[in-house]
This record gives sequence, C-alpha cells and structure tokens, in this order.
Amino acid sequence: MNKFKKYIEETSKSIALPLLAFFLAILSGGLLIAFSDPKIYKLWKSPLEFLGTGFASAGHAYLALIQGSIFDGNLTSKNFLLGFYPLSETFVVAAPLILTGLSVTLAFRAGLFNIGAQGQFIFGAIGASYVGFHYNLPPVIHALAAILGAIVLAGLWGGLVGFLKARTGAHEVIVTIMLNYISVYFLLWLLSTQTFLRKGRQDPIAPPVNENARLPKLFGMDYRINLGIFIALGVAYLIHILLSRTTWGFQFRSVGANTLAAKTAGMSVPFVMTSVMVICGALAGLGGAVQVMGSEYALTAGVAGSFGFDAITVALLGRAKPLGTVLAALLFGALRAGGLTMQANTTTPIDIVLVIQALVVLFIAAPAMVRAIFKLKNVKSGTDMAAKGWNG
Amino acid sequence: MSVELRGITKSFGALVANDGIDLRVETGEIHAILGENGAGKSTLMNILYGLLSPDSGQILVDEKPIIISEPSDALAAGIGMVHQHFMLIPVFTVAENIVLGHEKVNGFGVLDLEKARSEIARISKEFNFDVDPDAVVETLPVGIQQRVEVIRALIYNAKVLILDEPTAVLTPQETDELLQVMKNLKKQGTSIIFITHKLREVQEAADRITIIRRGKIVGTALPTASQEDLASQMVGRPVDLTMNKSPAKIGKTLLEISNLTVTDSTGRELIHDISLDVHAGEIVAVAGVQGNGQTEFARAILNLEEHVSGSILVDGKDILGETVRGSLHSGIAFIPESRELDGLIGSFSIAENLILDTFDLAPNAKGLLMSPNTVTNEAVKRITEFDIRSQGANELVSSLSGGNKQKVVLARELSRPVKIVVASQPTRGLDVGSIEFVHEKIVQERDAGRAVLLFSTELDEVFALADRIAVMYRGTIIDIVPATISRSDLGLLMAGVKPKVSS
Repeated sequence: MNKFKKYIEETSKSIALPLLAFFLAILSGGLLIAFSDPKIYKLWKSPLEFLGTGFASAGHAYLALIQGSIFDGNLTSKNFLLGFYPLSETFVVAAPLILTGLSVTLAFRAGLFNIGAQGQFIFGAIGASYVGFHYNLPPVIHALAAILGAIVLAGLWGGLVGFLKARTGAHEVIVTIMLNYISVYFLLWLLSTQTFLRKGRQDPIAPPVNENARLPKLFGMDYRINLGIFIALGVAYLIHILLSRTTWGFQFRSVGANTLAAKTAGMSVPFVMTSVMVICGALAGLGGAVQVMGSEYALTAGVAGSFGFDAITVALLGRAKPLGTVLAALLFGALRAGGLTMQANTTTPIDIVLVIQALVVLFIAAPAMVRAIFKLKNVKSGTDMAAKGWNG
Repeated sequence: MSVELRGITKSFGALVANDGIDLRVETGEIHAILGENGAGKSTLMNILYGLLSPDSGQILVDEKPIIISEPSDALAAGIGMVHQHFMLIPVFTVAENIVLGHEKVNGFGVLDLEKARSEIARISKEFNFDVDPDAVVETLPVGIQQRVEVIRALIYNAKVLILDEPTAVLTPQETDELLQVMKNLKKQGTSIIFITHKLREVQEAADRITIIRRGKIVGTALPTASQEDLASQMVGRPVDLTMNKSPAKIGKTLLEISNLTVTDSTGRELIHDISLDVHAGEIVAVAGVQGNGQTEFARAILNLEEHVSGSILVDGKDILGETVRGSLHSGIAFIPESRELDGLIGSFSIAENLILDTFDLAPNAKGLLMSPNTVTNEAVKRITEFDIRSQGANELVSSLSGGNKQKVVLARELSRPVKIVVASQPTRGLDVGSIEFVHEKIVQERDAGRAVLLFSTELDEVFALADRIAVMYRGTIIDIVPATISRSDLGLLMAGVKPKVSS
C-alpha cells in the first residue's frame, strides 16, 4: 500500500510539469484566439460583451479542435460510428509521431540529443517507398520487406551520427542538423531521377507503393486508420522493455546518466553511442515507413512534414519515457488533426496549433516559471534531459 | 573584532542543518570548528558570510547585532572567507583577481591596478606571504593560490577570517606554512574561524575548539585534548584511531607494473616510467600531494588512459591495451577517485549501481534480458553485508550520504572475484565512522591474500594502512620506502626532496 502511494506521488510529481505546461499553453492559446478575432476590437467599451465575445471565440475554436480530433456529431447522420472519424485521424497522425518521438526519447536516455529524426524519417520513407513500388512480392512479405528497407536505410543514416560521435567526438546536434539538410535535398534529387519518377509525370512524386506493401486498414475504407498505430504502440512497448529490462538498455541508461561512471565500470561508450543511434534512426525510419505505407502511399518532397521536429517536443513533453512519449504524441496528433477542422469551422488559423505546441515547449523548458505561476515546490524539472543532450 | 552567533537555526526541508547554535569568537583568536562532513559546519559559515540566511538567530559583531543578507554585507562588517574551492580566475594575474568586483579605473577609463599591486606587496611583506602581484594564478602552486584568497580578504579589511577546510588541498609542508600564516595573522589581531575535520591541525593551531555534530554544538575543548577525545565527541561514540593490523603475510607478486608512461593527446608526459610490484597480502600506499599523477596512474592500470606504454602484469598476464572491462575482469577491483563522478550513477538505484560492471553476467542477466529480482535480492544481501544505511535496494544513490555511497562502491567492487584492489583516495570527504569502515575492509582484503594498491594524499591514512609506501612526485615514483619512515621524511619526499639517509 505504501509502495503504491509512493508510486502515485512520484508519478504525479513527474507528470505535474507537463500537464501544467500544457494547461498554460492552452490558456495562452485561448487568449491569442480571442484576440485574433477582429470582432473583439470593436467591443472595448463594453467589458461584459468584450469578455463574452473573447470567451465565445476561444470556446468555439477549442470545441472545433475537439470535433476535429475526437468526435464530431455532424458526421453521425449516416452512421453513428462515423462520428469517431476525427479520432481515427488523430491516430493516423499520431502513429508516425510516436515513432519519431521514441527515436528522440531513446537518444535522450543515452545522453544524446537527436535532432535528426527528420532526416532519418525521410530515409525511412525512401526505403519503404522504393521497396514498396519497385518489387512485386506476395502480401505480408512485401510489407515486411518494405519496413525492413526503411529500417536498414534509416538505421545506417542514424548510426552514421553515432559512429562519427564515437570516433571523432563530433557533436550529434550539429551533425544531425546538417544531415537533415542533406536528407531533404537528397530526397528532392531522388524524386527527379528516372527511378523515382511516375510514368508520364514530371512532378516530384514517386510511384505509389503496391497494394501488397500497404498497411491494412483497420475499419474499412471510410477511415484512414491503419495498422501503423498498432505498430507504433507495439514498438513503444518494445522500447520500454529495451530500456528497463535488457542489458543494452542498462548500458544506454548508464551512459546517458553518467558517461564517466559507465566508462569506469567497463562499458563501451562508442558501442553505446553507435548502437543507440542505429536504433534511433531505425525508429524514425519506421515512422517514415508507416507514413508511406499507411496513409500517403507515395513518396513526395513533403512526406516528412514536421514529424521529425515535432518529435523533439513530443519527447520533451513525454519526459523521455516511452509511455509519456506515446501520450504526448497522441496529444499532438489530436492537435494536428483538430487544427484542420478548427481552421475550417472557425476563423482561427491552424497556426494557432503551432503556437500552442511552441508554448508547451517553452513552459516545459522553463520549469521555474511554471512553479512560480502555480506556487509549486518539488516539481521535477524538465530541462535536465535537454541540457544533458547539449553537454553530452 | 569579536563575532557572536546566537541561536542560529537553519533547516533544509526536514533536515535541520544548524540547530540553535551559539558561538563566540574573540578578537585575535583561532577558533576551530570541528565536525564530520555534513555536521553543519559549512552551513553555519555560509550563514555568517551571507551566502545563506538563517531561519532564526542573531549575528553580533563587537556586541552589536547586524544583519548579513549577502557576502557584501559580511565584507563590509569585516568578515572574509576563503572557500575550500578557490574563487579565482586561473588566467588572470594575482592583482587582477584581487580587484575583481572592485575594479578602479583611471581618468581614461582604463583599469588601474597600481594601488592593488602596492597593497598586495605591502600585505605580502607584512605577513611574509611571498606573493608576486603579477604572477598568473594558474602558474602558482595551490598553497600560494590560497594565500591570494587570504590577501583578497585582508585587502578588504577582514578582521575575521573564515577558512573552510583550508588544508584539504595542501602538502604537509604547505599545511605547516598555512598554520604559521594563521598564527601571524592572529598576532596582528585578526580572528580566524578554522573549519576542519583534521585533528592534528586543530591541536597545532587552535586556541579553542568547538565541536559540531548533527547541527548541534556538542562540546568545546582546548587544543590539549587528546585526539581520541576530540574524535569521539565528533562522532558521538568512542573511536579507536589506531588501525589494528597484523604484520603482512607477503605472497607472490600479483601486480607487476614496469616502465609505465602515460602521455596526453599532445604527447606531454603525465606520468613517467613507473615501475612497482604489489604482492599478495600487502598494502602498498602511493603517497603524494594531490595532482602529482596519481589519478592518471590509477586510471592507467584499468586502461582508462589512452596513451600508455610499458606493461601491467596481473598475476603474470599483461593487460596493457585491454578494454576497461577486460582489465576489471582480469581480477582488479577499482575504487575510483570520485564516488559522484566516476564511481556511481546518482540517478540509479543502489541495486543498479551494485551491478554496473557485472550487469550482463549471470545471475544478473540471462542473455539480453536482465533479472531484476535476482539483482534486487543480491543488493539486499550486499546492503546488510556492507552496512549500507538506506531505505532499501531501490533507493537512489544520490540520496545517500558520502560514507554510504562509498560503501556501495566497495560492495560492488569487493563482491567480484578479484586478486587486486586498486583504491584511489577511498576515504576522501568521508566522516570518521566511514573511514574506519573503509580501512577495516581494505585490511580485510589484504588479509584475504589480495594485493592492495592504495592511492592516498592523507598521511594519517598512509601510515594507518601501508606496508610499503611509494611516493609520487611530478608524475613519477621518486622512492619506495617502508612504512616505518618518519612523518617528516615522508613529507619531504612528497615535496620532492630526498632525505639524506634514504631507506
């Protein structure tokens, strides 16, 4: 019983900061929405109406956000279950985000700051796409082959970072930022080559992956939701096991928490750096595969969206824990999916979602501020891992 | 100038660091504050110097109550402090360091150091300090750097000088010189508060001694009190300061180091041509002043250094160039110099720290999967065996006291099958009780037939444990002497001077 109480206490301490940061971000986002509505500026003179309108526009926007991410009553006329279409969209967006988020999370735990999920995602997408459209393989096997292609390519791309760091001490932050550029332009070049051009088209879009290489849809053709979300959840569980139960995870965590002590105890820091980055690359690459094989089907220049960059926010919000990362990715998936509906149904631009995301990071990175606002003590700081990433 | 603290209380959460402390320091008195690590000495001094504010209590200077809320208030009241870790900028000159924060400029807005220079020269002459105002601080020996700190306090008219563990970084000779400086200052009417846990220095320099234990004053004593008496007041139970050990039963050579040379990446030699044998059943102490290459020597044995030549035979097998892991598992237990930095992972539990170098071996793991239950059960056994005071195997190491942290390191390293124990400063920063424990364990290891190589900068420790003493100076071993050498001869050797009759 005592143990349970302690566990609850510990957990509430460590999730207090992300929750409060999110709450603050929603609050400030609400203010921004209210003030972005031109109507409000004509109501200075009547404070009551002023406030009312402000609340109304923020309320409408957030309601639309929920409609776009969880349940929309307007869609239920044909079939009640269709009302959950927005929720399925949330999962579609969240699946790749969970995987890239895990990539950043795992790196954090080993003391590395992986800014390169974006590039690794791109290489994963390239691998999945190429295997997906270039070969003709039986069902299941083709999908597995495409995933393998993505993992190998992105794993090598990520591993390169770890190898460079282990061998030369090159800082992974700088290296991954640079490799992101290379990835983006490599993709653009690739899309202009004969191999990747669709027959009869000149615009940069690769042929669609074969039916056999697509991830099966979960609830029929009305929904885009596919096996990707289960792949993501399963991998998250595997990463949890890797970190908490395996000898590799033990080494990763040791190097991340105290490199000197790990080295003195005989662990091989170069091995850890390289292998962690291989796995991180593979994770982000798997995200790319899920995106290509699950919802996009074709490789385009914008295939990666901002999955690799949002991943950093997701990992921070998830406190570099697999479960936290999953929850944070679901949240961000909801924001992304809902943002579209919000823009369509109200005058609020989707950019407000980006602002909320940015505010979440800001508040998480400034725990002192959150503590001061809520007069809290003992809330665990969220900057430790980010700081460690830099110093590593 | 006299200083009086009345009823000073300061808590950090549930921990009461200072509990109603009354202390009076008279004009021209050297007042030693003796206490174990964590007894609350530093907290008290940080309160007096304005770095912490007390929860309750009063500070009086010359019978008048004053409020000190930051160090500048303390300086203005005539209270100066020399910290254990110097607050000097290494690339600046002495004069530049001293004017730091009080810079004067001439008519053109250019920094004017002339006045500072002449002041430094005056004080240096007055107290026989021998400090050159234009020397760059990083080129000065530690003892002189410390004097720069003292001068800084004096230049701003400190009448009460707080010295926080000032001898921790000094050679025996430098320590003697510092004690002399303190006596000179005292003659000029400066009061000194001398914080330490070293009994010998207290007896030598102090006029009065106040002993603090667990945040409370537990007694006062005169320097004539016996060491045993002081120590037992400090620890709160009778302490036996003499290590009872039987004569060494020397066995075969287990560790044979020949021509060991370590360079840094630029090719500069860090240690030079060291040869040393350690036999089963003996303790060889490597004595020397901190920073003479002991760190690199110890690390080189575990292949933690990169540019090494020579040979390291462990029971006849050369391990030079092995991995760190290979070296550890060739039969060496390694107690690294810093528990916090390279010995332990603070954010890991005791159980996890106990398997840092055996995490992937049976029974801790089967293949890739670890066995958390076995790990925890083993940890519970170790905790009892090594008397690690904790709330259980899952407690984080960072929340343990220094002594218990070191016990975790010992428990980890001595529970593996080893032939050799390499212990680097194993009692640095520990309280008397923990030192006793560590010493007993080290002697037990010796008596169990292991070869023990002990690196220590503490003469007391060297004399308590060593069967032979190797003296390190400037990266090499200048002499290997029997443990019967006199304290003063060993002090000279540590300063690089070979006594005429070397044994």
